[in-house]
Amino acid sequence: MLQIRCPWCGPRDETEFRYGGQAHIPYPADPEALRDEEWADFLFMRDNPRGEWAERWVHAAGCRRWFNAIRDTATHRTIATYRMDEERPT
Amino acid sequence: VSGRRLETGGAWLDRSRPLTFSFDGRDLTAFDGDTVASALLASGERAGFISPIAGRPRGVATAGVEEPNAFVEIAEPWFEPIRPATMVPVVDGMVVRSRAGVGVLPGDDVAPRPARHTYRHVETVVIGGGPAGRSGAAGATGRVLLVDEQPVVPEPPDGVETLPATTATGVYDDGYVVCYQRAGEADVIHHVRAARVVLAAGAHERPIAFAGNDRPGVMLASAALAYLERFGVLVGQRIVVFSTNHAGHDAAGALAVAGAHVVVVDPSPRVGGASERLRAAGVEVHTNARVVATGGDPALRTVTIDGADGVLRDLPADVLAVSGGWNPVVQLARGIGIGLTYDDDKACFVHDGAGPPWLEIVGGAGGDVPASFPLWVVDEGDDAEKYVEPLRDQTVADIARAVGGGLTSSEHVKRATYIGTTIDQGRTSGVLTAEIVNKLLGWAPGAQGPSNARPPYTPVPFSALAGVDTGLLADLIRVTPIHPWHEAQGAVYENVGQWKRPRYFPVGGEDMDAAVARETRALRTSVGVLDASTLGKIEVVGPDAGVFLDRMYTNRMSNLAVGSIRYGFMLGLDGMVFDDGVAMRLAEDRFLCSTTTGGAAAVLDRFEEWLQCEWIDLQVFCTSVTEQWAVVAVGGPNARKVLTAAGTTVDLANEAFPFMTFREGSVAGVPARVCRVSFTGDLSYEVHVSPWHALHVWDAVMTAGAPFGITPYGTEAMHVLRAEKGFVIVGQETDGTQTPDDLGMGWIVNTGKGDFLGKRSLVRSDTVRDDRKQLVGLLTEDPALVLPEGTQLLADAEIPPPPAHMLGWVTSSYRSEALGQSIARALVERGRALRGSTIHAELDGRTSPVIVTDPVFFDPEGGRRDG
Repeated sequence: MLQIRCPWCGPRDETEFRYGGQAHIPYPADPEALRDEEWADFLFMRDNPRGEWAERWVHAAGCRRWFNAIRDTATHRTIATYRMDEERPT
Repeated sequence: VSGRRLETGGAWLDRSRPLTFSFDGRDLTAFDGDTVASALLASGERAGFISPIAGRPRGVATAGVEEPNAFVEIAEPWFEPIRPATMVPVVDGMVVRSRAGVGVLPGDDVAPRPARHTYRHVETVVIGGGPAGRSGAAGATGRVLLVDEQPVVPEPPDGVETLPATTATGVYDDGYVVCYQRAGEADVIHHVRAARVVLAAGAHERPIAFAGNDRPGVMLASAALAYLERFGVLVGQRIVVFSTNHAGHDAAGALAVAGAHVVVVDPSPRVGGASERLRAAGVEVHTNARVVATGGDPALRTVTIDGADGVLRDLPADVLAVSGGWNPVVQLARGIGIGLTYDDDKACFVHDGAGPPWLEIVGGAGGDVPASFPLWVVDEGDDAEKYVEPLRDQTVADIARAVGGGLTSSEHVKRATYIGTTIDQGRTSGVLTAEIVNKLLGWAPGAQGPSNARPPYTPVPFSALAGVDTGLLADLIRVTPIHPWHEAQGAVYENVGQWKRPRYFPVGGEDMDAAVARETRALRTSVGVLDASTLGKIEVVGPDAGVFLDRMYTNRMSNLAVGSIRYGFMLGLDGMVFDDGVAMRLAEDRFLCSTTTGGAAAVLDRFEEWLQCEWIDLQVFCTSVTEQWAVVAVGGPNARKVLTAAGTTVDLANEAFPFMTFREGSVAGVPARVCRVSFTGDLSYEVHVSPWHALHVWDAVMTAGAPFGITPYGTEAMHVLRAEKGFVIVGQETDGTQTPDDLGMGWIVNTGKGDFLGKRSLVRSDTVRDDRKQLVGLLTEDPALVLPEGTQLLADAEIPPPPAHMLGWVTSSYRSEALGQSIARALVERGRALRGSTIHAELDGRTSPVIVTDPVFFDPEGGRRDG
């Protein structure tokens, strides 16, 4: 079970959180302007890298806040967590 | 008699405390500290067990969790269906019975062992109380926890919390370790989160596959030594030690010193120091020799060896102690993805050195094990008598058959033979199997390693995993404030999410059909009442609440007048119906959104997700108020009269209080919000009150309704009533693949109001296909036939050969009291174009004709909603 650092509550067990998939996929400004392929790309297609990537979590059984995390999918290590209104750390 | 208790010795024993216990009906003596296995060996028992599949006689083979032969059911003083005899400390008066590898589940009247869970946060957890673990714990700072699976941890370090009889069953990400403790007559699961994990779980001695190696009296050399050192039990008088490594040789020396006649058989051609030391001490040692057969019925009497000179010799023996090398305990670390590498010198697999920074692997688990001559299987003798997994009665011949069938991977061989699938989980059989496969394929030793290992490391009873979460605590049960009345009335319940909702209220031994007919008839002809408190309710508050809801619902909510109610759909981003409900505008900046009973949490989650992740500029707050409002729904032609009689300050006249509006006032003397919505098609008032007042209002309505024969109804009648009216239930008519148009409800989508979730997907090529399944009504030709929900629908009466093209399926189906016949609703390919035509329902290999109709069966003009 992962230990995840909620930006508001600190380190907590994974069971307090719910996963939210890949981060930094903004809702299109004008969905109607998109071709079917572009909309399908937004709707269905996600990266699946080995290594570091950004993902969303929500502290569902805690403060109920969403946040982003950088995690290594190979080692499961959470490298950083940051609030929705913060830039992705480099 | 072969094994015996020595006059002295036994580090785990308290000889001042003799005990008695019963094994298979025989009374035996023991000392405090004995296990069932050590006491059996001390009594001279040599076999005592049988194998589960072939029924072969077996004896104790190990002194630990890896035991493959000796299993017991504990009958007294508590019940457990199966435990290894090597892991059961004897208590006075204990009653155990041998079990052939398989436990028998108790009846309901047998109480499980009490169990509880603890949650611990420590700087360091040390797994294993041997020398490496104790030294790791002694050097650690802060809170340190040391666990060991054996009941005794010698010399526990100061300042370290030590838990004996505690097995780390799994190591997980970020220093999370789950431990299973046998604390007297209770079980404890410890959930440990540690900044640092020191894995010092040691190594398991490996058997060797030779003919007759499952005969009672054949055991691991480390086990023979453990019984001597821990329990003062010398397991045999004439012991042959078949050893590939110095630890096995050392065990032989200790057994000789304790008084046994010992002969060592060493397969290595080298004359090593260990063999020389034993010879110097007067022990007979055969180098470059192998055990090729055993004899004795059932227990061991002779060991046949093939010596360096090629001559076969029969050695009299009552115990054959085997040491085929040592396997570091790699199972726990493999669980978090750490790999293995083969060590030629030690003839075993060790960790590959990768792993997270919080994990240290030390001692035997870290590869600190004796060098070993690589011997897995002795060539001489019948492969079908060389046991690899005694608990599955699987032999080298079984592995050869799997490999002969084309399998090369140890994972595949495991699944073909079931080797490693017992409680052994490959601890003793895994490396052995992999190396036998390597050898059969002509591959080098270590070419492939053992099959993977997963938690738990040792079996954990379900009762321990459940802890105190049994009975009423097993799963959350939600009840409404009116529940006591339902209980008193003998309601039959339906579980909706975690809610208990009355399904129907049987009167005088009615079955469900009779109760539902009576309940629906009452509502259509006079008045009924439903506890609708479970509907999800979310308050959406803030200056941008209207804008926000416009983006969440398919229709416009921002122009809803204060005091009005609008029904709406929410879609997934893929355009499929996600949930439905009504929104009520309580004030300019305040809405109350209702959701389905089961969808409440998901809708709130979704609101919060979009507010926090996407539209962070919107000023909106969402609060679940599901349990802050109880709802008494009074419906039927006489609903207005009943509510009037119950006493209300709200003007109930149609003109003053039209459909799809709400009014605030009092009902039965308490504050209430009364809503004119209807899920039945008949005149209906939903009375929202504080849960504290709910029973009072319910009772007042029942009293006021008595002259009208008011009838409480449950979810089953509600389903029938709404189906008659053609209303959908999300999750019943839908399965996440229906658009509003599929449900014939395209009117609910406002495409002119701007963007909303799912809108773009409604014009995807797939959602505008003209052959999509559409919601229709079905009437059976036989009015008494109620189609089973899920019934498949065909174009023709003749069932075509497979794959048959199915037009669709029945989504809901009931007997309608109002129509005097069965009704059904179905999703049917191009269904709306088929209205009026006959299609066919498949029923157990036959078909029955059904007519496709409009999905609204009752009061299509909606004339009844105003009473």
